[in-house]
Amino acid sequence: MEFAELIKTPRADNVVLHRPFHPAVEGTLCLTGHHLIFSSRRQDNAEELWLLHSNIDSIEKRFVGSLGTIVIKCKDLRIIQLDIPGMEECLNIASSIEALSTLDSVTLMYPFFYRPMFEVLEDGWSSFLLEQEFELLSSVTNEWRLSCVNKEFSVCPSYPPVVIVPKCIDDEALRKVALFRHGGRFPVLSYYHKKNGMAMMRSSQPLTGTNGRRCKEDEKLINATLRSGRRGFVIDTRPLNVAQQARAKGGGFEQEVHYPQWRRIHKYIERFNILQESFIKLVEACNDQSHNMDRWLSKLEASNWLTHIKELLTAACLAAQCIDREGASVLVHGSEGTDSTLQVTSLAQIILDPRCRTIRGFEALLVREWLQAGHPFQQRCAQSAYSNSKQKWEAPVFLLFLECVWQIHRQFPCSFEFNEQFLILLFEHAYASQFGTFLGNNENERAKLKLPQKTMSLWSWVNRPEELSRFQNPLYEANSLVIWPSVAPQSLQLWEGVFLRWNRPSKFLEEAEEERINIIRYNKELQAKVNTLRRQLAEMETDEEVQ
Amino acid sequence: QVEQVKLLDRFSTSNKSLTGTLYLTATHLLFIDSSQRETWILHHHIAAVEKLPLTTSGCPLVIQCKNFRIVHFVVPRERDCHDIYNSLLQLSRTAKYEELYAFSYNPKQNESEQVKGWQLIDLAEEYKRMGVPNAYWQLSDANRDYKICETYPRELYVPRTASKPIIVGSSKFRSKGRFPVLSYYHKNKEAAICRCSQPLSGFSARCLEDEHMLQAISKANPSNRYMYVMDTRPKLNAMANRAAGKGYENEDNYSNIRFQFVGIENIHVMRSSLQKLLEVSGTRGLSVNDFLSGLENSGWLRHVKAVLDAAVFLAKAIAVESASVLVHCSDGWDRTSQVCSLGALLLDSYYRTIKGFMVLIEKDWISFGHKFSDRCCQLDGDPKEISPVFTQFLESVWNLTEQFPQAFEYNEAFLLQIHEHVHSCQFGNFLGNCQKEREELKLKEKTYSLWPFLLAEQKKYQNPLYNPDFSPELTLLEPNTVSFNFKFWRNMYHQFDRSMHPRQSMFNLIMNTSEQNKQLEEDIKELEAKIKERNGQSDVVLVKEQEQTAHPTPMALKTPPCFQKEQPPMPLNDAVRTIEGSNTADNRYSELVSEFSKAEPAVVSLEYGVARMTC
Repeated sequence: MEFAELIKTPRADNVVLHRPFHPAVEGTLCLTGHHLIFSSRRQDNAEELWLLHSNIDSIEKRFVGSLGTIVIKCKDLRIIQLDIPGMEECLNIASSIEALSTLDSVTLMYPFFYRPMFEVLEDGWSSFLLEQEFELLSSVTNEWRLSCVNKEFSVCPSYPPVVIVPKCIDDEALRKVALFRHGGRFPVLSYYHKKNGMAMMRSSQPLTGTNGRRCKEDEKLINATLRSGRRGFVIDTRPLNVAQQARAKGGGFEQEVHYPQWRRIHKYIERFNILQESFIKLVEACNDQSHNMDRWLSKLEASNWLTHIKELLTAACLAAQCIDREGASVLVHGSEGTDSTLQVTSLAQIILDPRCRTIRGFEALLVREWLQAGHPFQQRCAQSAYSNSKQKWEAPVFLLFLECVWQIHRQFPCSFEFNEQFLILLFEHAYASQFGTFLGNNENERAKLKLPQKTMSLWSWVNRPEELSRFQNPLYEANSLVIWPSVAPQSLQLWEGVFLRWNRPSKFLEEAEEERINIIRYNKELQAKVNTLRRQLAEMETDEEVQ
Repeated sequence: QVEQVKLLDRFSTSNKSLTGTLYLTATHLLFIDSSQRETWILHHHIAAVEKLPLTTSGCPLVIQCKNFRIVHFVVPRERDCHDIYNSLLQLSRTAKYEELYAFSYNPKQNESEQVKGWQLIDLAEEYKRMGVPNAYWQLSDANRDYKICETYPRELYVPRTASKPIIVGSSKFRSKGRFPVLSYYHKNKEAAICRCSQPLSGFSARCLEDEHMLQAISKANPSNRYMYVMDTRPKLNAMANRAAGKGYENEDNYSNIRFQFVGIENIHVMRSSLQKLLEVSGTRGLSVNDFLSGLENSGWLRHVKAVLDAAVFLAKAIAVESASVLVHCSDGWDRTSQVCSLGALLLDSYYRTIKGFMVLIEKDWISFGHKFSDRCCQLDGDPKEISPVFTQFLESVWNLTEQFPQAFEYNEAFLLQIHEHVHSCQFGNFLGNCQKEREELKLKEKTYSLWPFLLAEQKKYQNPLYNPDFSPELTLLEPNTVSFNFKFWRNMYHQFDRSMHPRQSMFNLIMNTSEQNKQLEEDIKELEAKIKERNGQSDVVLVKEQEQTAHPTPMALKTPPCFQKEQPPMPLNDAVRTIEGSNTADNRYSELVSEFSKAEPAVVSLEYGVARMTC
């Protein structure tokens, strides 16, 4: 076992664990191939902490005499401190953790070793197939078809093997369109609005270049979604000047002359590397308890995080508005179509489609619009806010999306079947997990890694009834409405559940949440009881009448 | 009455408006839109009226209210607009107390109810509850005729060892005669919160009686030798006051005191701070960064934090060190009231109940002479005297309720309603600047007390999550005052801007569910009794009759109340409406609920317009 080579000191005693708002605990530290395990031996209050190495974002060590201290900063933003007696032990442990938390081979990751302790009722790898999605779609419209043009991942490496496209466009045309779009990401169906038959498609930028290249098939493809005489909207997530500059590098945008029926809207959403900077600044601000009010507010402002939230929500609302209010079809893209594009299309669906607000529907949305659509999770979530390796691929694109869902959730607390914990869970698992769901950057890579065969899906676990019950929102009442959130700065809030989670005592808030759930649960019990009693009484009445 | 008036949404960029008719009554401004929805604005709530330059659609009129409502009318004819403007200016400015709404407000109570209403909160009873008089503290009759201090109440509690000459001497050495008196007594720790105004120490003056007074307070606490003197002002301000013959206590002259500045800014800073905050939050199409930097520049949250920090310091001195604390600022009626009342709120869970909070406000704010009339501009007076000191106190309490969701019997609506009535001048409690003035105005005979009305509808103000066992009687509430815990109070400053509120209110849902639970419990009892009865009896006819009367109520419960549409009040005759209207603010929370039962929200607050521009 190669991990053993990396672990020079597998165990240390008399280690003291410090966590904010918890008393320090003394115990034993053990290192395994994938976990850091701390267990206190105090009998009155035995405690165990299991930390996945892959959850560790950065590690710092310092010494006072022979007492070493390791500060571990996790991808879920938690910070813990371990005091380890003995300089050598401490150094060994620190270097092991460092090596184990930065394994470069995916196949050494924990999901490939994890053996579930639960019975798999439903294999999550096949829970959400596009074929099922298409079946639902074909029950309301026959304008679309499933295409297997990408079966070998040869047309577009970041697309799944099957995609939904307009019926009148054949595979040959799709191949041509793919050549005209960045990374081969030709326009595909993202969402069909049953209410008025309008469609939302997504793609990457067209490769018009400086000489204004055009592609008849591309025009035909997207025009196929328009009703006669109606216009559609292209929502470009870049500002106009960036889109124009992209032409110099072979990219570009849909020009009016070639797309006369389309109106282009530039709704700028920051690129992923800017988001990473913003994320780091925000976490820094949240972790410093000593900030006075002015400093805190200016740090919060300087992070720009809430600005990104507002911009993203606004863009998603705009897409939703075009579809629902203007009755127009929409095409969303940025440059590559793997980040801001997906943020917009998936959020718009949360707003428009009540099904996406159920647990299963939300999972299906994530699979469809993020995993299958080729959001590069492995690149984006390799490191979190504490990383000091300035890799340029990391970015909290997915976290930002989750936070936007949370913001809408806050404004419509009865419209979602899942609770905040579910969103936090997804955030955690996107960064470090025992499940294979978020490994790889696209379906192509996942297929090569044989993830469905070799790892367990997050959905297999989370959809078990006993797990699911933890993530259900007791306030949920299904409604079929389009939910329009307010995007005024006064209506947006910092996502405390993620960013202040480890920075403040949350006991009172949790207890209050429990009380809320109790009130709802008690209400259901009472109603059931009233109904039974009423039925009983009615039966007695009829009995008496018979007599 | 002016017809065809438009009411614009303050934040919508789409120029959507409601058209309707504007009425002016003796007490209210009323707008009824085409769908018969009514907007009532009490004249006393109007803080400012502004006429904007004429536009093509008419003459815009902007009305700013003290409860942070801002309405924007467009009146088709300029002359009408001018008339309304002038009338409102006159109506919203009152010169004499007797012209205030409270003197004409008639809630149809008889005299004994009125008297009983005023007796609801009894401060003598409250001091008894705290445990005074006792071996160390006694009621002093020194101020029985307001001879020593006009702005203090008649009944004051002082250390037993503080003789009358000491009291008189000390009061002469204190600004406005406000000598150190008891504000709160902590019976377990035997420590006291005392309050006063700044000493007239100048650069070197001292007063033996005052020194004795402090020593008496110190000695009245057997569990601790030293006491704290908290000057709630920034040190610089206190030092500047010395030049005017005022100042702060010299630690060398007083034995066993620990002197502490806590740096809460004065009323003028607070006034302009709130002004800045409102300017920012009132901006259309506000960006997040402008909002945050505006929030920072206004300093408002910094001030709220400073107030709460001071209260925490005070409460800890008492609860942890068992030390008595004397609190003062300049005159001892603004910052001192804030800190003393918040400190007591942290120390004593009684003040976290509905009744207890009323007592707290009666005690530390009303009786000790917080100048409500001046601070809230009840009469047309000096604009420099206006300051949101009480608003800030309520905001601090709101912050605590956010951190301790189960510790308070009352909810946010209660705080907002109190805020509403501090400015409404509808009830007598907050009129005038001190007790003496209130007696002269004969408020107890001529006006009504707010508290019984709030108690009568206390269901609306109950916090469904309240857990009386959350903190036993005298355990300290220890809030976390790290900056990120302080939030912008949207429901206060945007109370009437509904487009900014959550479309589904978790709070309402829990409120209603918990209310419904009580009803269901009763239904179950009733049903069980009936079943039992049936098992025992066989008189079919009798039971059937009962049933017909009992059934309709439970049936109505079948639809979850959270989604029930609130029926708008039926348009009755004008007289009744005025009374109803005075309480329109009451149903603001239920109005929010009804919002969502509509298929589409009335207002979509997005800047689509902005996005389109870049097409």
